Amino acid sequence: MEKRTVFSGYAIPLALLAPQLLITVIFFYLPAGQAIWQSFQLEDAFGTVSQFVGFENYKLLFERPEYFKAIGATAVFSVLVGTLSLALSLFLAVQANKALKGASFYKTLLIWPYAVAPAIAGVLWLFLFQPSMGMVARLLQQWGIPWDPLLNGNHAMILVVLAATWKQISYNFLFFLAGLQSIPHSLIEASAIDGATPLRRFWTIIFPLLSPTTFYLIVVNVVYVFFDTFGIIDAVTHGGPAGATTTLVFKVYNDGRSGGDLGSSAAQSVILMVIVIALTAIQFRYIERKVNY
Amino acid sequence: MADVTLKDIRKVYPGGFEAVKGIGFAIPDGGFCVLVGPSGCGKSTLLRMIAGLERISSGECRINGRLVNDVEPADRDIAMVFQNYALYPHMSVYDNMAYGLRNRKTPEDEIRRRVADAAKILAIEPLLERRPRALSGGQRQRVAMGRAIVRKPQVFLFDEPLSNLDAKLRVHMRVEIKKLHKSLGVTSIYVTHDQVEAMTLADMIVVMNAGRIEQIGTPLEVYARPESTFVATFIGSPAMNLLKGSVADAGTVAVGGTRISCETGNAATGTEVLVGIRPDEVALKPGAPLTVDVTFAEELGPSRLYHGTLGGQDMVIQVVPHAADPAATRLGIDIPARAVHLFDAASGRRL
Amino acid sequence: MVEKETAFSKYMPHVVLLLGVLIIFLPVWLAFVASTWDPATISNGKLPLTPGPYFIENYKRILFSGTSSSTREPVWSMLGNSFIMAIGVAVGKIIISILSAFALVYYKFPLRRTVFWFIFITLMLPVEVRIFPTYKIVADLGMLDTYHGLIIPLIASATGTLLFRQFFMTVPDELLEASKIDAAGPFRFFKDTLVPLSMTTIAALFVIQFIYGWNQYLWPLLITTKDSMQTIVIGIRKMIVTQDALTEWQLAMATAVLALLPPVAVVIGMQKLFVKGLVETEK
Repeated sequence: MEKRTVFSGYAIPLALLAPQLLITVIFFYLPAGQAIWQSFQLEDAFGTVSQFVGFENYKLLFERPEYFKAIGATAVFSVLVGTLSLALSLFLAVQANKALKGASFYKTLLIWPYAVAPAIAGVLWLFLFQPSMGMVARLLQQWGIPWDPLLNGNHAMILVVLAATWKQISYNFLFFLAGLQSIPHSLIEASAIDGATPLRRFWTIIFPLLSPTTFYLIVVNVVYVFFDTFGIIDAVTHGGPAGATTTLVFKVYNDGRSGGDLGSSAAQSVILMVIVIALTAIQFRYIERKVNY
Repeated sequence: MADVTLKDIRKVYPGGFEAVKGIGFAIPDGGFCVLVGPSGCGKSTLLRMIAGLERISSGECRINGRLVNDVEPADRDIAMVFQNYALYPHMSVYDNMAYGLRNRKTPEDEIRRRVADAAKILAIEPLLERRPRALSGGQRQRVAMGRAIVRKPQVFLFDEPLSNLDAKLRVHMRVEIKKLHKSLGVTSIYVTHDQVEAMTLADMIVVMNAGRIEQIGTPLEVYARPESTFVATFIGSPAMNLLKGSVADAGTVAVGGTRISCETGNAATGTEVLVGIRPDEVALKPGAPLTVDVTFAEELGPSRLYHGTLGGQDMVIQVVPHAADPAATRLGIDIPARAVHLFDAASGRRL
Repeated sequence: MVEKETAFSKYMPHVVLLLGVLIIFLPVWLAFVASTWDPATISNGKLPLTPGPYFIENYKRILFSGTSSSTREPVWSMLGNSFIMAIGVAVGKIIISILSAFALVYYKFPLRRTVFWFIFITLMLPVEVRIFPTYKIVADLGMLDTYHGLIIPLIASATGTLLFRQFFMTVPDELLEASKIDAAGPFRFFKDTLVPLSMTTIAALFVIQFIYGWNQYLWPLLITTKDSMQTIVIGIRKMIVTQDALTEWQLAMATAVLALLPPVAVVIGMQKLFVKGLVETEK
């Protein structure tokens, strides 16, 4: 896509682009480059001497059980949050779509958690599940479940999954509802004439037509779980207990900050970068429409 | 007011595509020139080059004698009416019309006077405070013309200004444009693909095809003496019949098994020709040797079209409804010699 | 469609949806309730479901004096920091991205495509993956504990540029042509036509970026060391102490309510713009 008519000149467009390019170079490319550079360096404890060590930092990373534990925690966390939030929001969106005129009313009541900061969402749920005085925690304990996310890794994982899902439902709901509303009514009618039951109609007509939305949301949800949930984990569990909720992003932060092992932290950053680039590449099919270059 | 002179104008796009392939003609001061042709023939590109919206690859464009090839659109002293009107959606009708004057630092009371005058001419005075969104298609069209008028330019450029209107409104606005041109007398260049618009508005028609000029002339000249089969079939509705034939001898052409008498000029016997006959210039003549085998008839109200064949080739004739039986299967016809146009079969040029 | 409409099929969606709405609301409601009771009621684990009499006391305390341990900063100053950051990020992003999109769409210059991709690729570099090097650069530039340090590194990203570019592409070419004939140069065209036409897009982007800026966590966590510079989202994190006996939950919950109120109000009050912004920036 191109404009038929444009202005001419070099100085003006350059000046208009300058702020964006300057910030992009200083705060995006420079740090990303440094992360890559550092991941191949070994620094001594004072950060004064560094030497090139090739892939040593990466090798060391994969020799440590903690890193595999973080990969496992991230995988469990992603799958749980992704599945739960997509399934629940699709279910709610289908109901809202049935409610016809009520749809926009329910939309208003369901989309606001998007605006709640992840850390705040975490704190709200922590309050409910806090072992000594949390309302839900007490209920669970009355039922004989020794609930304690501060000591039990699985409990901690459940807690952050709940908070992350709660926050993400609104986003998925919005896109699923829009997707459902864009399915032409004539298709539903045609399948009704073809004698499909409502449930069959959903699985054979609506769900396949919704698949681009679903696919898009899967990618977005994975990115969300990987990065945006940092606030939830940091505020609720600090990655604990015993690293049970330490995801890859949290580990980058934690290792870089407390451990001071910059080389290892940088190597982890680079691995994350590769993951994001892969995800974006998958998403590219959809962004392409907008890029069009 | 001014004359516009084009000399060997070309437009070559970066990809190498040549949209306009060397065009030259002159429009006299106060003239109304219509560029007509099918879509993609380069007529809009040519207009946009005159406007300064497209760069001229080579050639000369002069407005009132001044070479304007490298002059900004704003400094060419032209005004343009776009197909989609291009009204600024966030400005009132008044501001739309005043914008160009304000940018040229015209005093505000002068602007007010000119907008009021234009609004009066176009009967849009009650609309001045409205936004374009609140106007009908015809009203938007008037505002677009008002924006051109207030500038008092030397040349008006129209880029298919009526094609977004419904058929009835189009006829009405066509008349309005004609009136406006008569009263203001500003040199106008008008692009359209609609041959009826071209015929009714122009005092000079430029028929274009594939980046070249097919013919230039008054509407009557172009209609009565088409220089090529392209012009012959493009101008006039229903389109001229073209029958394959050859010159039999001086004064007759053979079409299939039949003979038609006409002016053959100095075309040699045996020359392959295309015989052009306008459907409405065919007269019915019961019992005549020349016959059309009718396949079906179409009623248009004031006239009837018979679709059929003559000498095995498709032929349409247009007659008044009461002249023949609507269910007739064979009609005797007479074709006056002056109504037959001969074109070279290979080049399509008039003989 | 003529389909059997039983009471079940008619009311079931509403029942399900209301249940969903209720569950979504529950944590926020309980946080609000907790913020209106005294510590004793909360810590004995018997929190009622209705607000208590300590509303004014708790909010006054937290807004103007802060908690008694961890961070003692009053919340009104955190709210102020959050507002400055959110508005700074939103306005900054809008300005730099509308300018760059204008250059990319309405000018032809060498390397234009390269520049476009250069900006576009930043979509793939979220702050989390380059956090320490970025921190180091900000520290070297002396921008720790400053508002511009909080804001500037966050305002360059491809989303805004792409959104404006996408919108500019839908602006009819004829408007620029009419402007050119009306003797308007690039700046006039930008100011008189393009910006007024972009108002909805600008507003939608503002809503999304305000929320984005307000909810930032990792970035302010790293680059603010002084309590007086912390945003409310960071403030609340410091109020939650893992050794929970020390956490003043009624105050933490009051802070949580204050922290989520502004962005939630923006989403609900400007729902149309929010939805537009969300759908168009992300898709």
